[in-house]
Amino acid sequence: MVDVFAPRDERDVCDLVAQAAASGTPLEVAGFRTKRHVGRPINPGACVSLNAMSGVTLYEPSELVISALAGTPLGQIEALLAANNQELAFEPADLARVVNKRPLGVSIGGVAATNASGPRRILRGAARDHMLGLRAVNGRGEAIKAGGRVMKNVAGVDLVRGLAGSWGTLGVFTEVTMKVLPRAEETRTLIFINLPDEAATGLMCAAMGTPYEVSGAIHLQAPLARRIADQDLAALGYAITALRLEAFSASMPRRLDALRRELSAFGEIYELDHPRSLAFWADIKSMEHLASAWPLWRITVSPDKAAPLVAAISAIIECRAAFDWSGGLIWLEAPPSMDANAADLRRVIGQFGADAMLVRAEPHVRASVEVFHPPPEANMRLIRGLKKAFDPHGVLNPGRMYAGV
Amino acid sequence: MPPIPLARADEQIVAKREQILAALARAAPGVSIVSDPAGRRAFETDALTAYRCPPLAAVLPKSTAETSAVMRFCHENGLRVVARGAGTSLTGGALPTADAIILGVSRMNRILEMNFETRTARVEAGITNLAISNAAAARGFFYAPDPSSQLACTLGGNIAMNSGGAHCLKYGVTTNNVLGLTLVAANGDVIELGGQGLDPAAYDLVGLVVGSEGQFGVVTEATVRILRLPEGARPMLIGFATAEEAGACVAAIIARGIIPVAIEYMDKPAIKVCEEFAKAGYPLDVEAMLIVEVEGSEDEIAALLADIARIADDHGATKVRVSQSAEEAAAIWKGRKSAFGALGRISDYLCMDGVIPLSRLPDVLRKTNDICDGYGLKVANIFHAGDGNLHPLIMFDANDPVQKQKAEDCGAELLKLCVEAGGCITGEHGVGIEKRDLMPVQFTPADLEQQMRVKHVFDPDWRLNPGKVFPLAEQAAFQAAERGSEHG
Repeated sequence: MVDVFAPRDERDVCDLVAQAAASGTPLEVAGFRTKRHVGRPINPGACVSLNAMSGVTLYEPSELVISALAGTPLGQIEALLAANNQELAFEPADLARVVNKRPLGVSIGGVAATNASGPRRILRGAARDHMLGLRAVNGRGEAIKAGGRVMKNVAGVDLVRGLAGSWGTLGVFTEVTMKVLPRAEETRTLIFINLPDEAATGLMCAAMGTPYEVSGAIHLQAPLARRIADQDLAALGYAITALRLEAFSASMPRRLDALRRELSAFGEIYELDHPRSLAFWADIKSMEHLASAWPLWRITVSPDKAAPLVAAISAIIECRAAFDWSGGLIWLEAPPSMDANAADLRRVIGQFGADAMLVRAEPHVRASVEVFHPPPEANMRLIRGLKKAFDPHGVLNPGRMYAGV
Repeated sequence: MPPIPLARADEQIVAKREQILAALARAAPGVSIVSDPAGRRAFETDALTAYRCPPLAAVLPKSTAETSAVMRFCHENGLRVVARGAGTSLTGGALPTADAIILGVSRMNRILEMNFETRTARVEAGITNLAISNAAAARGFFYAPDPSSQLACTLGGNIAMNSGGAHCLKYGVTTNNVLGLTLVAANGDVIELGGQGLDPAAYDLVGLVVGSEGQFGVVTEATVRILRLPEGARPMLIGFATAEEAGACVAAIIARGIIPVAIEYMDKPAIKVCEEFAKAGYPLDVEAMLIVEVEGSEDEIAALLADIARIADDHGATKVRVSQSAEEAAAIWKGRKSAFGALGRISDYLCMDGVIPLSRLPDVLRKTNDICDGYGLKVANIFHAGDGNLHPLIMFDANDPVQKQKAEDCGAELLKLCVEAGGCITGEHGVGIEKRDLMPVQFTPADLEQQMRVKHVFDPDWRLNPGKVFPLAEQAAFQAAERGSEHG
C-alpha cells in the first residue's frame, strides 16, 4: 500500500509534485482511483488523489459552460446539469464498472484524463471536444492553465487537446471546464434483431448518413446482448442493433417515420418508447454488458472495417464483440491467455489500420504486453518528447501508458 | 506601442540565396521554385497586408515526398520555413522573413477519397475549404467548418489556425472535424498522426498540431469528417433597440434548449455597411440585429423559428423577419458573409477576434465603443453570439502612419478587455504576429513556457514559421535556456 495524499488546493498539488520531482518519487495520479487497474501497472512511491478537491466553481447555463474542481464526482455534475435540462453531450463513460465490478463513480478529472466518451460521441464529439479549459500541475510542480471558459479559443498551443486523454502522465488536472448542451425533450430507440455484424455496421453507417441526427448506434453480439438490463431484449438471445433518436417532441414523429422508411430494408424494426429508451442507453453507458472475467479490448477503427476485423479475429480467437459509434469503437472480450491474445490480435488488426488498448486483464498480463497500442517509432519519439516537456523527471504515472513515458 | 517587430533575418543566408536555391533544386529535383523578385513579391504578405517581406524563395511541392525533400534540405541547411495555404491569414500567419523559404501547399489540392459510409474524406492540404463541401454535396454531405474566406482558404491553413466559422456553434471548429494528418516534420520525416477511426487511446498528437500555426511541421494530407447536410436551413432577422435586449434574447433561446446552427450579431454600423453592399433587407433603424439560423425539415424549421420569434418578442424585439425563400435566405447570409469586403470598400480596417462570455456582451460593447472613441476611430462590431466570438472592425486610414498605429493600439486594448471579461485574445484567426505580444495578457509565464516546451518537441531548432505566436523576448529566453541545459 502506498501513502495516499489528498491535496486541498492547487498549491498543495504543486508542492506535492515539486517534492516528488526533487526526490525522484514516482506518483500515482488519481481521482477516486477507480481505474487504477487500467493501464500498465506502475510502481509508485505515493499516490496523489484529487478526491478532496471537489465542487462546481462556475456554471452558466445560458453560456453552456461548467467548471469544476477535478475531484468533483461526475454524478454530482450530471445531477446539477439535469436540473437545468442540460447534460455533458459526449455522455461520459465510466470504465470503473468494467474493471471493478461495482459502481464507484468517477471524477470529472478522471473523465478528462481518459477522454472517456459514451455512445453519443458519434454525433456530438468526444470528451476532449467538449473540454474548453483545464488547470493542471505539470511534473515540475508548476500550475498551468490551458484554454479557458469561452467556446472558442485558438490562442497558442492547444494544451487542452494535448492533455486530454493523457492518463495522468503529463499533468495532474486540478480543474476542468466543459461545454454543456441542452438535453433533448424526447428519446426513441429503433431496435433490429439478429443482424449479422456486417449488416449491422452497414445499417448503422446508413443511419448516421441520414439528416435525422441519430445520436447512438450500437450493435451487441448475442452473448453481450443477453447481459443488458432490458429483460425483454436480453431474453431474446439474439444480437441486437440499436439506433437512438433525440429531438424536440414536435419533431420526433416525423424523424422516426423518415428514419424507419430509409432503413426498412434492414429488417423488422422494434421501437422503444421514451422511458424505455432512456433506461436502455443509461444501461449501455454504464457498460454493464462488458462486465466479465475475460480480458477486454477497446479497438478503434474505421466503421466500414469493423465487421471484417471482428470476423478476422473470430477466425482465430473465440471472442464476443460490441460495436459502438457506428462500428468505430469495438469492445472485444476474449478468453484469458498468457498475453490476452495481444500478439494475434494486434497482428490481425494491423491489416485494418486499427488501434487496440487492453482495458481489462490481470496485472501480470498488463505488465507483460503493450496495454496501449504501440505507436510507430516516429510517433513514439514525439510522445517521449512530450513526456519530457511536461514531466522531465518522470514522476507522473510513469509507465502507465508506455514504458519509459 | 511601435509597429510589430519581425524575427530578424540571417543576412548570411540572404547573401547566399543563389547558391542555396541551386542546391535546393538539386536536392528536390522537379519541385517548382519561385525565386525571381516579382514572383517572390507574390508571397510577401497575407491578409494582414500592413506587413510585408519577400521570402528567400517560394517552393510549391506537388506531393508529400517533394515536401519531405524540401523540408529535409531546409533542416540540413538551417533554413527557416513558412508554410502557406492561400495566404488569407488575418494575423500574419503566412508572413515570411527574408531568410525563409515559403512552402506553399496550393498545388497539393486533390481529393484522395470520399467515403460516405464512414463519413470521412481524405484530402490534400492545399484543397480549398469550400471545394471539400462542393465535392461532397452531390451525395448530400458537407465539411462543417466554414470560415468567411472558405472560397479561397485552404484546409492546410484551416488546420494551422484551427479555423472556425459562422456555423461552429453546432458543428465545432477544425479540431473537432479532423481525424488524421500526414505531417512532414521539421527534419523532413513523414509522420502519420491519428487515423481513420475516432479517438484511439493515445496522446492527441493531431489535436496538438491543429492550431499550431505552422510551427510544428507541414501538413500535406488530412482525413476530415464530412456530415450529412440538414434537410433544410433558414435564417431569421431580429432587430433590437439595445445590445442588452439582443444579448438577453440569445441567452433565452439557449435556455429554451434551442441550439441554433448560427447566431450572428451585428451592431448598427455593421448593419449599415452590409446593407449598402448586399441589399439584404437589413433594418437600418435598430441598434442591434441578430441573424439566427435553424436547421431541420420544413415543419421543424417553422416550429423552431416560431419559438424563437416568441422569445424575441418577449425580449423587446422591434423587428422580426423570417426568410420566406431560398433567395431571401441567401441574401441574409450574403450580407453577413460579405461584411469584411463591404467594409473594405469604404475604409481600411483591422479585424479583431476576441472571445467573451455572452453575458458580458453589452458591457464589452459599451467599453469597445468608448475605447475606439478615445482613439478617434470608428468601429463596427460583428459577433458570433452563440460562441462569444467578437469581431470589432476598427476603421482607419492605412496611408496615415499615426492612424495605423492608433488602430493597432486600440485593437490591443480591445483584446485586453476581452481577457478581463473572462475571454481570450483570439477565437478563430490565430495569433500570428498580430497578437503575439498580447499572449502574456492571457497566459502566465509558466503557461507560455509550457507551450514553448511543446513547440520545442516538434521543432527543436525553432525554424518553422519563426517569430510568431510567442513574444520574441520569451522565445529568445526559452531557446537560450534550452541551449544552456543541452550544453550543461
